[in-house]
This record gives sequence, structure tokens and C-alpha cells, in this order.
Amino acid sequence: MSTTNVIQAIEAEQLRTDIPPFRPGDTVKVHVKVVEGEKERIQVFEGVVLRRANGANRETFTVRKISYGMGVERTFPVHSPRIDKVEVATRGRVRRAKLYYLRELSGKAARIQEEGQRR
Amino acid sequence: MSDNDATAKEISASKRLGLLGRKVGMTQLLLADGRSVPVTVIQAGPCTVLQRKTAEKDGYAAVQVGFDPSKPSRENKAAVGHAARAGKGTFNAIMEFHGGDDLEVGAAIAVGDLFHDGDLVHVTGTSKGRGYAGVIKRHRFSGFPGSHGTHEYFRHGGSIGNRSYPGRVFKGKRMAGRYGNDRVTTRNLVVVQVRGEQNLLLVRGAVAGPRGGYVVVRPAAG
Repeated sequence: MSTTNVIQAIEAEQLRTDIPPFRPGDTVKVHVKVVEGEKERIQVFEGVVLRRANGANRETFTVRKISYGMGVERTFPVHSPRIDKVEVATRGRVRRAKLYYLRELSGKAARIQEEGQRR
Repeated sequence: MSDNDATAKEISASKRLGLLGRKVGMTQLLLADGRSVPVTVIQAGPCTVLQRKTAEKDGYAAVQVGFDPSKPSRENKAAVGHAARAGKGTFNAIMEFHGGDDLEVGAAIAVGDLFHDGDLVHVTGTSKGRGYAGVIKRHRFSGFPGSHGTHEYFRHGGSIGNRSYPGRVFKGKRMAGRYGNDRVTTRNLVVVQVRGEQNLLLVRGAVAGPRGGYVVVRPAAG
């Protein structure tokens, strides 16, 4: 096996197959395992996917939500064992891979049209 | 020298047996608690014992091992003849280790025999050659400001001494020159994973040298 294949094989072992496909613009619910003291519980972070950064087992995605009027972004490793599951709530129709422009928008302007719906 | 000292010496000697390997590259491992560990993947062994050096014959005890099989047609007859005793073909990389006194000529040493998860190891490689490098790259000098009047003097080392006293540049003054292509040992790396069947060793952190470069893995001293 060539050296690149060895690395790829090691990375491939760690990929999770239970994460549904989702893209920037989709609204997702990320169920994260959080440790509080002794106990472990599941916390849900729901928002719009701003970006995905590829990189085999290092792949990450960023979710943005508005919490008490304040924009909050959180970046998760896609293949992290700390993620319990990812649910896709809606599929958005966007024309860009990185939705950084959403940071400048608020309220009605920051809405994303749902996939398949035409005005 | 009491008997006690002799056994202690034997143990420390046997501990020094290591493996020749090849750096495969780096990646990350994701742990169950969400942390990711940067690891260097090393194809360590299998090494074949080519010769045993003994105190009586050679003045010191060691084993000579070979790694990375080569085409016998590419080797000279002396190398082929030397390797023939072990009967396992010829090798590109050959070196000696102290210890391993119980190993027979022709025996194979695998990763699983020497290393286990959580062990500390020293890894020696040959760093990438950087040619004739300036002081910023070679000695991590900080250079000069990009503005505020600096004129054609950005990546220099500055003054190298005084005037008529001492009238010379001190030995060891850090200047530009050949950098890299040195033997570099990274000490006390943690073995994160041993994959015996693939001859792979995953250690935490970086190891000197290019991908595909030869490395020597030894147990950390003590």
C-alpha cells in the first residue's frame, strides 16, 4: 500500500456513516453530548449551516442561530463521537457554498428560501 | 562489579532494542471524548536480524537488523553474501541496536513485540534539507520592521559584534548557512496505537523528515 493509501485508510475508518447528507443553507438540529459534572446529557443546537470545511476525518461544519437576539455560531467536527446525531429540519435553496453574508443580515432578510419552492 | 550490576546492565541493554521504520505521514485520530490527537504514522518494521555482534568477537554486543527489502540484483556481492546468512533477502536500510541478545540470525522483529499503546518512544529521523537558509528560517530571528524607514534590510541578522574590542566575531555566532538534513531525535513521544498486522505505529506529535524517510524508533530511556 502506498503511503497516501495508508493515511487514507486510517482516516476512512473514523468516518461516520450515520450522519445524513446536508449542505450550506439547510437548517439542522445538532444533538451534542455535553458532560455536566458527572452526568452526560444531550443538547440540541439548531440553526442554519453556514459552511462545510472538507478534510476527511477532520471535516467540520458551522451552524448559525439567533439566540436572544444575538447571532451565535458553532463549529462541529462532522465525524466527532461527541455528536449524537444530526437532523435535517429543512433544506434551503442557496447559491453559494459559504453563507457568510447571513452575518450582515437580520430578521426577514436573513431568511432562506426552502428547496423546491419558487416565489 | 557485583552480579546485581550485571543484570541491571542487561535489562537496560535489552531495552534499547528498537526498530527501523519509514515515516508514512501525519493525520488525526478522534477520541471518544471529542478530542483529536495529531499522530505521525510510522511503518515500523518488520526488521530482520542479519548478524549478531558478540563481546568476544566484536568487542561489544549488538544485533544488526535490516529493513525495507531491496532487489539483490541492485546490491553488490558483499552485501548479498552478508545478507545470505539470514536467508531473508537483502535490505536497503541496515543498522545495529544494542540488546536483543536472545534473537537468532534471520529472526523477524515486529512492532507488536517491542511497543504497546501508551509507551514512550524516541524517534530519530533525518530532517528535511533546506539548503542555504537565512537567519530567520535557520535560527528563528525576527527580522526587521516592514516599514518605519527600514531600507533594503528586512531579513538580515543585524550586527554580528562590536568594534576593535574584541575585534573578531565570536565562535558560534548564529548566521546563515546550510540548514536541515540533520539527524533529529524527537524524545518521549506517546505511542497512541500499535497496529501489529499492518506493522504500523501511531505516535502523538511530529517526527523529523519527509514522508517516506527512514526513522528509528526506540523505547524511551528509563
